Amino acid sequence: MSWLRALLLALCLAAPAMAVGPDEVLPDPVLEQRARDISAGLRCLVCQNQSIDDSDADLAKDLRVLVRERLLAGDSDEAVRQYLVDRYGEYVLLNPRVNNHTILLWIAAPVLLIGGLGTLWLAGRRRRVVDAGLSAEEQAALDELK
Amino acid sequence: MSIELGHFALILAFAIAAISAVGGFVFWRSGQRIALVLSQGAVLQFILVAVAFAALIQAFVTSDFSLLLAASHSHSLKPLIFKISGVWGNHEGSMVLWISILVAFGAMVATFGRRLPSDLLALVLATQSLLTAAFAGFTIFTSNPFARLIPAPIEGNDLNPVLQDIGLAIHPPLLYAGYVGFSICFSFAVAALVSGRIDQAWARWVRPWAMLSWTFLTLGIAMGSYWAYYELGWGGWWFWDPVENASFMPWLAGTALLHSALVMEKRNALKIWTIFLSIITFSLSLLGTFLVRSGILTSVHTFASDPTRGLVILTLLALVIGGAFALFAFRAAALRQGGLFAPVSREGALILNNLFLATAVGAVLVGTLYPLLLDALTGTTISVGAPFFNLTFGALMAPLLLVLPFGPLLAWKRADIVAAAQRLIGAAALAIFAAILISALGGATISLAPIGLLLGFWVAFGAIAELVDRSKIGRIPLGESWRRLTGLPRSAWSTAIAHFGIGITVLGIVAVSAWETELVTTLNPGETAELSGYIVAFDSFDSVEGPNYLSDEGHFTVTAPGGETRQMLADRRTYVASGMPTTEAAIQTYGFSQLYLQLGEPLDDTHVVRIWHKPYITLIWLGALLMAFAGFLSLTDRKLRVGAPRRAAKPVPQAAQ
Repeated sequence: MSWLRALLLALCLAAPAMAVGPDEVLPDPVLEQRARDISAGLRCLVCQNQSIDDSDADLAKDLRVLVRERLLAGDSDEAVRQYLVDRYGEYVLLNPRVNNHTILLWIAAPVLLIGGLGTLWLAGRRRRVVDAGLSAEEQAALDELK
Repeated sequence: MSIELGHFALILAFAIAAISAVGGFVFWRSGQRIALVLSQGAVLQFILVAVAFAALIQAFVTSDFSLLLAASHSHSLKPLIFKISGVWGNHEGSMVLWISILVAFGAMVATFGRRLPSDLLALVLATQSLLTAAFAGFTIFTSNPFARLIPAPIEGNDLNPVLQDIGLAIHPPLLYAGYVGFSICFSFAVAALVSGRIDQAWARWVRPWAMLSWTFLTLGIAMGSYWAYYELGWGGWWFWDPVENASFMPWLAGTALLHSALVMEKRNALKIWTIFLSIITFSLSLLGTFLVRSGILTSVHTFASDPTRGLVILTLLALVIGGAFALFAFRAAALRQGGLFAPVSREGALILNNLFLATAVGAVLVGTLYPLLLDALTGTTISVGAPFFNLTFGALMAPLLLVLPFGPLLAWKRADIVAAAQRLIGAAALAIFAAILISALGGATISLAPIGLLLGFWVAFGAIAELVDRSKIGRIPLGESWRRLTGLPRSAWSTAIAHFGIGITVLGIVAVSAWETELVTTLNPGETAELSGYIVAFDSFDSVEGPNYLSDEGHFTVTAPGGETRQMLADRRTYVASGMPTTEAAIQTYGFSQLYLQLGEPLDDTHVVRIWHKPYITLIWLGALLMAFAGFLSLTDRKLRVGAPRRAAKPVPQAAQ
């Protein structure tokens, strides 16, 4: 596998990133903007962590053209993404959708935050209990001193 | 000959480190003498590793291709600066740089730590030596940088062209200084756990080291970001790439550490948490350096990964991190907590800061490792990229930025939140006004832009409000205020400047995300294009020969909206030795904004030209520079210099009268 990875890396490095070419741009600026927004969320499959919007690999170009074709055909943004997922799998989405496999990923940060808040709250309560005052014995000892 | 001398020096440093580590952990109770021996050992390690490093540099500078490393990564035609930086532009050499910085920090502790209690100093140096032994051993036995190549080739293979840049000379040393500097905090934490003694003085000793490392890391990340911005060719400045995340996590954890150590120093509270952060910060640094090296994570940045070494690295990581956390689990309970405080207090605010920063570390860590784990466990491949991180990280940072200005205005132990809010009313009003004004002028292209602007201005103005408040500007005569302002401790200035810097960075990020414009077009020499009021004329195109590359250069003249004209030169290079192409973008700075121009590939007889206008983008790095400056400023604070009490001089015997 490592040679494959190295090859893929080489493919990407060999082509300096140049992204969208002038021949690809759609004449309708609204549609073009939608294409750019969708592209920014799609992974260039032969690159390392680049979106197809940023990559100059041939495959990225093909996908950019494909996205624009689907948009011209009247697809919604979600339908375009689904079209690509059907062909390339969830891997193509840089922003993973919530499903059985990614639920842990999505809830990780909120769980950590709530867990942290809960811990702080508990620590604060324990501290208040400690802080609540003197125990009966301590009070007795204090009274004796008076 | 010098190669073998360097090799020998590194092996000797390894041996001394190993002996220091074992001896230190066995005899740390033996008082001054063991501390002195370990201090000398630490200095010796530094000298020996410096010799090894110098030997590598000499081989690269003189193009001694009988050194395998130089033959693989250098070229006789390379400019001198790139020959030197090429030493660490590969796995083996970068390991030697890493170890050099590790032993340099060890020697610094030995030199400046004379005033530490001898048992603490001994344990710190023993831990530091253990790290040196582990990583020097790894280098010597699995990635020997001194391997010879016989017969020596006439010419070297050259360095990856992307790395032939001043960025490689600056970025890794700064980044490593940051990463490795946190090893001192780690060693102090281990020392505290082993000796079972930890107090406010501990925090006072650790905080300068954390501050120094954090400052280097801030500079290193900012430098790396700017390097990626101008070198990778499309003007992106942060990609949430695994390698970037790996450097960002220790920064977040280190930022939390700086703030929690403050609580510990002032109020003797948060001790266990501060120890935990010290360990986790360096562990994340190790993860940052070596997870990349292990070949598990590959990325556009990884110039040196080799899966065969991965197992050794991961074992080493597991031992260091696992060992420290095992120690933590056994001993942390023995540490006594102190310093009570109300929820609304400076302590409370700093805990909130730590909560959000720690959660952010967790979120970035999960996002970075999740696809790997999912793939390993279920075989399902998913991508976790920029959109995910922007969302989760942004959602965590927004509340942190919102409460940030309150922190410095709250009193220790018990604070009055209403009074703090009153003192921030001016900053809040100004921030709202500025955010509305700029959103209206710029046009809200993305819906979050006004909120981002509001947060950025709020943090920046809030930092100023603290200074205004402390110097009582407007409430007492101006001269008196000035005296108060200049008389403020440097730590107060440092806090304000660092927080102001964060606000500035946020503003830069928001501005460029919301109002960047882009033009992709084809041009021939003699034609012009227009973007955001800038008129770009393509003057000429020619091919020239560089020292070790061939270059296609495009000359442009750009006329700013004000009428000022400047020349821009963008080129595409093909490196002779490797045949690899790179693009060098042309960048012109106007105020805080930049015009970014890139010469693309030829397309039917014309040239593809990409132009971006990036409004206020330099604020991103300017903010980071302010933060780093604040770090250095804080290190010059009087408090840190006189922090550890000096042993009283021996009373001079008086002559009998």
